[in-house]
Amino acid sequence: MTAQTGLQPDVRAPTTGLGRARGNERFAGKVFEVVMFGCLAFGVLVLAVLLFDVINDGSPRFNLDLVSNMPSGRPARAGIQSAMMGTIWVIVTVAVITLPLGIAAAVYLEEYADKTRWYNRLIELNIQNLAAVPSVVYGILGLAFFNRAAGFGGSVLTIALTLSLLVLPIVIISCREAIRAIPTSIREGSLALGATRLQTVRRQILPNAIPGTATGSILALSRAIGEAAPILIAASGLIFLTSNPTDLLSQATVLPIQIFNYVGRPQDEFRTVAAAGIMVLMLILLTMNAAAILIRNKYQRKW
Amino acid sequence: MTSVPYTGRPPGPSTAELARSLKRSSPRTGERIVEGLLFLAAVLSVVTPIGIVASLVGGTIAFFEDIGVGEFLFGTVWTPLFANGSFGVLPILSATLLITGIAMLVAAPLGLGAALYLSEYAGERSRKIFKPVLEVLAGVPTVVYGFFAISFVTPNVLRPLLGETEIGIFNALSAGLVIGVLIIPIIASLSEDALSAVPQAMRDGALALGATRTKVARKVVLPAALSGVIASFVLALSRGIGETMVAVIAAGSIAQLTLDPRQPMQTMTAFIAQAASGDQPTGSIGYNTLFAVGSLLFLLTLTVNVISIKLVRRFREVYE
Repeated sequence: MTAQTGLQPDVRAPTTGLGRARGNERFAGKVFEVVMFGCLAFGVLVLAVLLFDVINDGSPRFNLDLVSNMPSGRPARAGIQSAMMGTIWVIVTVAVITLPLGIAAAVYLEEYADKTRWYNRLIELNIQNLAAVPSVVYGILGLAFFNRAAGFGGSVLTIALTLSLLVLPIVIISCREAIRAIPTSIREGSLALGATRLQTVRRQILPNAIPGTATGSILALSRAIGEAAPILIAASGLIFLTSNPTDLLSQATVLPIQIFNYVGRPQDEFRTVAAAGIMVLMLILLTMNAAAILIRNKYQRKW
Repeated sequence: MTSVPYTGRPPGPSTAELARSLKRSSPRTGERIVEGLLFLAAVLSVVTPIGIVASLVGGTIAFFEDIGVGEFLFGTVWTPLFANGSFGVLPILSATLLITGIAMLVAAPLGLGAALYLSEYAGERSRKIFKPVLEVLAGVPTVVYGFFAISFVTPNVLRPLLGETEIGIFNALSAGLVIGVLIIPIIASLSEDALSAVPQAMRDGALALGATRTKVARKVVLPAALSGVIASFVLALSRGIGETMVAVIAAGSIAQLTLDPRQPMQTMTAFIAQAASGDQPTGSIGYNTLFAVGSLLFLLTLTVNVISIKLVRRFREVYE
């Protein structure tokens, strides 16, 4: 309870215990603040330990040989070249599929859709729920349809299509947020000057939504680069390839799968190769993350 | 903010409504075609869940033609890939729940604490530093977390604490702890969104009554943002249930019915990964089992999500 201050005790909302604090309460408050900070600092600490552990384990093999050598059963010669090339093939394909589709869907939902129609509400609900479906389930979809039914096997196309379905909702959501941040007055101004809706979208909405969309898309693609589970299932197996993909239908493996392959081997030398592979993967992802944050901080307009 | 359903742009008629109310001067066929194409792109997002359900149903029906539902749901031995296999799902179901439970014990307090600090105490500068760090933490691939669990957490943390011989290389505890770290950013960032959405006037009111910042955080802001906080917990829970690579790498591939987290265990997701990697022929019982477990996993996360949406609607407080 609080100290009596006279006048109007009822105002001090006795049920919630709000009111002027005493000395020990201030101390307890400080302790609480420190504990909360500790929670946040824990995350930072784990990230630091994780990076240190990976670098400590992987640095002996973090060199050009790692990237130029093909995967091998002999740890001294084992590399990640085919996985690097596979990742590049897959990510370019995923970008080509998801960016146009995601932006188009976002523009429709924000600029055209009538929110009272049942089919638009269904689309809304879907996009929200898709973000919570476990990624392995997408893998099962990829295995049943792209790999087996369509006969694409464990190819670049199977992997890219599976990952595209996985990240499409992320691209849509981030692009929608970017569009939503544009004030209605911009649209109204454009329409009032006689522009059609399509002209408004092309000349006002899309250019202003570029920074937000770029940030979200980079993060979505970096999610696709790091995914292993859906690929493991859709491509049906721990693909071990010693040749680079040459077209969309050639067998492919990607970095996280190759790393998983090396982690699972009993010899300690392979753990070193795995850690070095993780260093490459993390370097790519951190670069992409940094680019996304930079774009956001530099180009995002405050209206 | 992803946890709250779409709320729309600022009040007033939307562009769609404005455009309809003003009469068109010409038919504008090109505009209609583009609108149709954009609509098709949006509709594609509906095809994905249909595809998911369609892909799961076929294999699941084929599975239950061979195996009884009771045997599947209540059996206690899980050896589906053996010649004379046994199909009781309880061992992998309990492993999933145990590991997710450990993860939530780690992530719920730490994530909420981080969110409270960011929204109630942190200044502009420390927010600028910590939020990107949380984003990076959320972007670390799960295979890396798996490596971290097996190469650091088990040998350098758990073994010194619990004893060398007490805990194996593969154990549920390390997987649970690391999955907990992995879902901290989800709870932290979604809870922080919810806490920041509480109107400043409520904080000011409590502060004016003489409450400390801590009291404001605990007794005013947190209760007001409760629905968003719970939604973040539930989303993290379903993410934990669906997490695969950490469980595959760190918890091992022995399906056993036990609640001892020092034991190796196989989760549902880990089984799906194992069965798929074995290159099962289409239509074999091993292949169909994969779909049955996938269906159960899908239903489990769907239930959790529906509960979360209901909870949010129920406790949601709308200000202004």
